[in-house]
Amino acid sequence: MAANSTPVLRCQHLGIQFGGLKAVDDFNMEIGQSELVGLIGPNGAGKTTVFNLITGVYKPTEGSFYLNGERMNGKKTHQIVHAGIARTFQNIRLFKKMTVLENVKAAMLEELPYGMLQAIFRTKAYWELEQAATERAKELLKVVHLSGKEDLEADNLPYGQQRRLEIARALATNMKLLLLDEPAAGMNPTETEELLEIINYIRKEFKVSVLLIEHDMSLVMKICERIQVLDFGTTIASGTPEEIANNKKVIEAYLGKDKTAQEVTKNA
Amino acid sequence: MSKKIRVSYLLNAVGVALVFVVLSILFSAGVFGTSTTYIQGICTTACYTIIMVASLNLVVGFMGEFSLGHAGFVSVGAYASAIVSGLLTGKGLPDLGLFLVALLAGGLAAGLMGVLVGIPALRLRGDYLAIVTMAFAEIIRVCFCNFSITGGGKTMSGILKLSTFPRAFWVMVVCVSIMFLFVRSKFGRTIRAIREDYIAASASGINVTFYKVMTFAVSAFFAGIGGSIYAHYMTAMIPTNFNFAYSAELLSEVIIGGTGSLTGSVIGAAFLSVLPEAMRDFATYRMLAYSVVLVLVMLFRPGGIFGHWEFSLTRLLGKLFKRDTVKEGA
Amino acid sequence: MTASLFVQGLINGLNQGAIYALIALGYTMVYGIIRMINFAHGDFIMIGAYTLFYTIPLMVNAGMPAWMAVIIAIVVCALVGVLVEILAYKPVRKAGSMSALITALAMSIFLENLAMVLFGAKPHNVQAIFSLPTVRIGTVSLPLNVLLTIAIGLLIMLAMQFFVKKTNLGKAMRAVPQDKDASTLVGINVDKIITLTFAIGSGLAAVAALMYCSTYPRVTNDMGSMMGMKAFIAAVLGGIGVIPGAMLGGILVGLIEIFVKLFAPGWYEAVTYGTLIVILLVKPSGILGKNVGEKV
Repeated sequence: MAANSTPVLRCQHLGIQFGGLKAVDDFNMEIGQSELVGLIGPNGAGKTTVFNLITGVYKPTEGSFYLNGERMNGKKTHQIVHAGIARTFQNIRLFKKMTVLENVKAAMLEELPYGMLQAIFRTKAYWELEQAATERAKELLKVVHLSGKEDLEADNLPYGQQRRLEIARALATNMKLLLLDEPAAGMNPTETEELLEIINYIRKEFKVSVLLIEHDMSLVMKICERIQVLDFGTTIASGTPEEIANNKKVIEAYLGKDKTAQEVTKNA
Repeated sequence: MSKKIRVSYLLNAVGVALVFVVLSILFSAGVFGTSTTYIQGICTTACYTIIMVASLNLVVGFMGEFSLGHAGFVSVGAYASAIVSGLLTGKGLPDLGLFLVALLAGGLAAGLMGVLVGIPALRLRGDYLAIVTMAFAEIIRVCFCNFSITGGGKTMSGILKLSTFPRAFWVMVVCVSIMFLFVRSKFGRTIRAIREDYIAASASGINVTFYKVMTFAVSAFFAGIGGSIYAHYMTAMIPTNFNFAYSAELLSEVIIGGTGSLTGSVIGAAFLSVLPEAMRDFATYRMLAYSVVLVLVMLFRPGGIFGHWEFSLTRLLGKLFKRDTVKEGA
Repeated sequence: MTASLFVQGLINGLNQGAIYALIALGYTMVYGIIRMINFAHGDFIMIGAYTLFYTIPLMVNAGMPAWMAVIIAIVVCALVGVLVEILAYKPVRKAGSMSALITALAMSIFLENLAMVLFGAKPHNVQAIFSLPTVRIGTVSLPLNVLLTIAIGLLIMLAMQFFVKKTNLGKAMRAVPQDKDASTLVGINVDKIITLTFAIGSGLAAVAALMYCSTYPRVTNDMGSMMGMKAFIAAVLGGIGVIPGAMLGGILVGLIEIFVKLFAPGWYEAVTYGTLIVILLVKPSGILGKNVGEKV
């Protein structure tokens, strides 16, 4: 990250309480242009809660977060999406009974600024906008290797392809920061490999930053430039993959005491 | 617009015109003898019921929210249009003009009410929203029972008989076409996305609340137009006509026809408007049979008879003549 | 308003409210366990009332007190409730909430029209159930059977609350909606519990019928839908799925109805429904309801 440029995402002392419980506390993070940062931690550490805070599903009770320097606190989810943060979900949330193409086009409202009268009278602008949107949606589907599946119902796709479709849908929103919530969960090694390729391609091609939640440690170690580790809602470590792999606190959090980094990466 | 789509529009227009011509010839040739007026009446009933059911399907089938208060919107349209046509009588407007102005007034009044009902959708979903729509419809009914301009709980009569069959038919065609174009555009795609998963929808940049309120308003607008035709066909009405039972009937017609299929709404509504008349001799058993059919449909076809399927004249002709067809608005 | 008018209204409101509360209890129990609005529940009251109409004379002829007829009514209602559940609701349970809702509506239409075919559209007058005197305190007239109705209502509410909180069956009833699979794993027969819930809820409708008929001794085939609707509103108002909520909601709706009727007779329904909308907007799950957000 260049020293003077504004980070794409900056979280300052971000926190939320449910009842008396601090689900996330004093969360700080900066993500630069095209950077890929991993967010890891044991189950229930508050990783998805961080995503929910950044996407406006929950309102933070403390701290604030900024997208390209603009304060995002209190904005609604759809406003945050338009500002440039898009996400995928841990338990895939597609529009199941819609086609693959429709799933992507549903996220392209910004590119379809026609009004109701234009839609009803099927004006020239309507056709042109819809046509352009279809073209772009098809291109995005190509990026996630789903060409030729446009007219299938999303529900009928195999699991790995559903995950990729979610990524295409997120891309359709023209975001600057992509939040991936366990994108490799349930994938076999070949599928995971394909996913890695796609993520790298997206970063290069679309100049987007990625924040990744992942349980698969080997994957995180392989692709993330920096990693931040959460446990019980607080950050216990952050740094490069090597630093994290050798961090005592991290190892304890994952496996209890007396285990080595090798075991962590091997077992995960 | 591609040539194929233009051809398909033309084909559909020709198809609709053919249906109208056939019905008109049947009526004017006196095929039904003395019961011509009666059958024409049933067809008019079918037309406004189709509009009401199709409009309810926008909310129920396409957006996936229950509405148990559609009769409320229908009644707002009916009363508003009756009042407007009453005020404008003798002001030199031709009948057709008066009819159209009344329709528009009814639709707009109901649409406004739709916005009002849509606002609770800011916070409520599912069963709770359904209950609120029901509560709104009941409040509307109570209001009409108490306002003197709407007859103060007694029959409001002397409404001009402006709804002839041809007018009702063409208004129905226009309304259903508009609804069809609506659901086959980004609007339909967006509200279906909300139906499928509202959390994912908002994470895709969709302003869920806005689209919900808008859909309620559009649905109510058409319900109001249906109600306006109703008022100017019946020429007399009482607020209890628009009670919960009527809402429930409209909802069940949506469900039987198929949630998310305007074809289903059209055929379902037409069929269920004709059926009671055909079964007049068994009036006592009619509703019993109806309820049993409802349960059976739910058991064997939970998505309704037509599910999400839409009839396409182009596709049918294409199949008959083995030609390639296009799918629009995907 | 004079004090006596107020007290009179309060008593009538509580009477009305106790009846609504009992009906609301049936809605709440069923909703609590399978998340379904059982629109046919109001019609169970109608069935209870017709049963009372036909069995009270039998009871009186046999030299027994009229109210004993309620036992037969409870059995009949519970049976109808269970039959409706097994024949109509259970098969569609997996098809989603839309199907369940429509099936419930259909069952309501079915029962109402069946009653019309069987008993005709003319109202039937039920014989007096409790022949208790009316006491006058100052200017307030106090029919003792009204007090009895309120007392029965409260007693049943407390009994139900105790049943659900303290007994094993009651605990099972609370466990099922939390997690059907886990309930099965710990040995709860989910289907049996649901059937039992319907039996109890419907049986309570028979008691409500008795209370209603002792105040308004008229039975028609559509009496259930109107009353059912208001009781249902009461259940939602108080917080559907929660027993004290049904009690609170029922009494609230009863009081609103009676007091608004005193001032603006034509508007009482609008005020009831308006209250409901306002409360749902402020607290979407009702006054005593628990908020359940969706997990993302």
